[in-house]
Amino acid sequence: MLDLTPKEVSARSALTINPAKTCQPVGAMYAALGVYKCMPHSHGSQGCCSFHRMYLTRHFKDPAIASSSSFTEGASVFGGGSNLKTSAKNIFDIYKPDIIAVHTTCLSETIGDDLNAYIQDTEIPDGKYIVHTNTPSYVGSHITGFSNMICGFINYLSKSTGTKNGKLAVMPGFVNPGDMREMKRMLGLMGVDFTMLPDTSGVMDAPMTGNYDMYPKGGTKIEEIVDLGNCDLTLALGDLTSEEPASVLKRKCGVDYKTLPLPIGVEATDNFIMALSQFSKNEVVYDLEEERGQLVDIMLDAHHYFYNKSVAIYGDPDTVLGIASFVLEVGMIPKYLVTGTPGVAFEKKAQALFDKFGVEGCTAKASGDLFELHQWIKNEKVDLLIGGTHGKHIARAEDIPLVRAGFPIIDRYVHSYMPLVGYKGGMRLAELILNALMDRQDRDCNEEDFEMVM
Amino acid sequence: MNSREKLLDKYSARVYKNRKDHIIEITEEPKEISANTRAIPGIMTNRGCCYAGCKGVVLAPLKDVAIIVHGPIGCSFYTWGTRRHKAKGDANTKNFLEYCFSTDMQESDIVFGGEKKLRQSIKEVVELFNPASVMICSTCPVGLIGDDIHAIAAESEELYGIKVLAFSCEGYKGVSQSGGHHIANNGLIKHVIGTGDRATTKYSINILGEYNIGGDGWEISRILKRIGYDIVSVMTGDGSYEELKSAHVADLNVVQCHRSINYIAEMLKIKYGTDWIKVNFIGMKSTIQSLRDMAKFFGDEELINRTEEVIADEMGSIEEDIDYYKGKLKGKTAALFVGGSRAHHYQILLKDLGVSTVLAGYEFAHRDDYEGRDVIPSIKEDADSKNIESITVKPVDNKFKVYLTPERYEELKDQIPLNEYKGMMVDMEKGSIVTDDLNHFETEELLKLLKPDIFLSGIKDKYVAQKNGVLSRQLHSYDYSGPYAGFKGAVNFARDITMGIYTPAWGYVKAPWKRQPTLEGTMGGAV
Repeated sequence: MLDLTPKEVSARSALTINPAKTCQPVGAMYAALGVYKCMPHSHGSQGCCSFHRMYLTRHFKDPAIASSSSFTEGASVFGGGSNLKTSAKNIFDIYKPDIIAVHTTCLSETIGDDLNAYIQDTEIPDGKYIVHTNTPSYVGSHITGFSNMICGFINYLSKSTGTKNGKLAVMPGFVNPGDMREMKRMLGLMGVDFTMLPDTSGVMDAPMTGNYDMYPKGGTKIEEIVDLGNCDLTLALGDLTSEEPASVLKRKCGVDYKTLPLPIGVEATDNFIMALSQFSKNEVVYDLEEERGQLVDIMLDAHHYFYNKSVAIYGDPDTVLGIASFVLEVGMIPKYLVTGTPGVAFEKKAQALFDKFGVEGCTAKASGDLFELHQWIKNEKVDLLIGGTHGKHIARAEDIPLVRAGFPIIDRYVHSYMPLVGYKGGMRLAELILNALMDRQDRDCNEEDFEMVM
Repeated sequence: MNSREKLLDKYSARVYKNRKDHIIEITEEPKEISANTRAIPGIMTNRGCCYAGCKGVVLAPLKDVAIIVHGPIGCSFYTWGTRRHKAKGDANTKNFLEYCFSTDMQESDIVFGGEKKLRQSIKEVVELFNPASVMICSTCPVGLIGDDIHAIAAESEELYGIKVLAFSCEGYKGVSQSGGHHIANNGLIKHVIGTGDRATTKYSINILGEYNIGGDGWEISRILKRIGYDIVSVMTGDGSYEELKSAHVADLNVVQCHRSINYIAEMLKIKYGTDWIKVNFIGMKSTIQSLRDMAKFFGDEELINRTEEVIADEMGSIEEDIDYYKGKLKGKTAALFVGGSRAHHYQILLKDLGVSTVLAGYEFAHRDDYEGRDVIPSIKEDADSKNIESITVKPVDNKFKVYLTPERYEELKDQIPLNEYKGMMVDMEKGSIVTDDLNHFETEELLKLLKPDIFLSGIKDKYVAQKNGVLSRQLHSYDYSGPYAGFKGAVNFARDITMGIYTPAWGYVKAPWKRQPTLEGTMGGAV
């Protein structure tokens, strides 16, 4: 397994090996699936759309619908204007969405297709919408694309009427439907009136009923996106993902925003709950206090299994930082933090976490790849890996347990239904980590050391 | 109205005009189908792109090749470990299948050109891994900005002394994956096949268009080796650059997936004289037929007898299992939508199990995959197909050899599918529907109209069918099961379909309160 990876780390200036990111459009497609009756549309060759649908379907084990402008060589030379017009007509005719959310690709970006002009030229049926965002694959990552698509919805739709609606706009970050559900539950418990954009719960975790519905019940409603402009405040969760759309809403409609890390672990969830309390002017409800107490109870009960265990965490920037902060809270050492998504902010935030908990010898890298992470591990081993499916080869090669968390997880089931966020998410993460470490202890120990009680 | 008419009736005039020739009902008379034409923008096609066909399908399984995807990160990421073409390395063969190499082009590379980054990437891959060969696959923006990947390949080949090939397989070329297969075929025949000189023994063959999904190629090879065949190369499942170099020395090519590799089969025939026959190792009857056809080609009594022995033994070992599953599956109906030749191949296996096919279609086929190769001369070239280079090859004097005497050739050509493929439709029953480039809307509608028990397709529509209450299994990835080829594979397939149909979970789809009233009480005033 990964036998060709040398231990010695050599500098690479051009080649990426085993990436820890993918391209913008797939993130844009995921964001658009979180809008009710929305057809995500990929403006490029049909392979892009096909790959993204494949990936999202494999992660969520649910249909990921999307259409494509199906560029041919001609469209690539003469521009994709007529492909977009034909697409819009066919999509509204056949699939009957309320809104089409177009994102671009490296192809349409390189030829310089002017989507604003194309959409203005496109016939849009009454009461229907087309919005777009630019998602050149050669900038940023799928996280950037996710963020850009939310900006696209806001840019086209959100309006300030001058009368505030008393609601909190919530940008959940690039997380699973299970996380969005948990956030919504906490918002509900705290009595906050809110709109979440996007909201893939009820879409990418839609129930089995025996009747397929192309547009399941979930997703943010168009009128809610319009009304975002009247919200009292935006709460942008996962600042590296959600700050940009929050600032777009601020610029366009004057809605102030507050950024917070993803509510993963105790402190980040505390901050989330306190922000909700400040917003709703409601005291924190006992249900949440009880859950918090349960999580801390678990952390104390099992602290000796966590303590000083080293872990490598890879994946999307906000998710990696969130999990890192939780593992620090339970006394583990986040030795390596890697995201493929570019941006120095990730490294700075990681360093701030290391400093806060006084851990030494930890490394964080943005624009990193899993090949280099593997080389680091070969030089200095860790006790645990946390991240998506693509780390499983390293886990096997180095015989390190792997806890799957984040995106994409294409080799396991159920994960997308379950939260990492909130105190409940903390309990789940604690259980996943403990099971991985303790199963390993059970497997590796001498027979005479095999414990009945642990 | 029949099912076809009911379906088409729902389209607007313009879409109707396009789609009507892609959907046909099988009748006594042979019919022409429209295929390998552009997908309609906005219609949710299942098709991928040229890059997917070239890199993803044909080249990716070559285990000893470091394939650098030149472009932004996505395209390399999506073809990293996602197609289940299994491979094993050994002491002499490096296996790069666990690795994903990309130039991860950034905005500045798009503006100022990506050649420098590609050169440096090749240098880094060679220094780190010293692979047998490096192949470069370009993605959409590369063709647009005009990076000369072929010049860089030639220059690198000289610099590093290893084979470096470039494939201009930008996603916008052609109308589907099919263009990419062709581009990959051209590159391999031009630059790889014919450069080796492996010695052969009796009954030497290449297996073409077998990608070892779920280990199919290994299962096929196991049977063929039992019989005594010398497998020179497999294209390209668990294949290698090293092995491929000597593919021209084989006496016979057997073609499993017609669409993706028929170009190489044809060019090997012209260049080196090697005959090919169409085989199908999916299904028991078709596996037996293919083995007998191969034996007949070599015409050696020892081989023919050995073939029958192996068939009898293999059949004997699965009989009991197959009878059990037949009992479970008899009378069921299936719909298939796959690429390559699978929509054809699996019909034969399903029939073996008592399951009839009511709908079948290909994602990226040409007319010959449906109607047989006889129609090739009458296929009109359009602008899209002209954009994919068609190369002309000539016989190579010192390497050209023909196994069959002209007399024997004449005798055999009516008995076995010698350099011939009759297509899918000839094996289909009257009244069944054929749909080319089946799309999301048609999938939903046809599932409602035809009500198959099993829908065999890919990941994008799997859950659409399943959520509608129809069992759906992926025929691209076998839902991470397999192998499905050969005799033992047939049992695996039958088992997987059976467990899908009979899983108790189907019984819980409707909640009890949706089936019966839950509120109980007495009427007011009753005593």
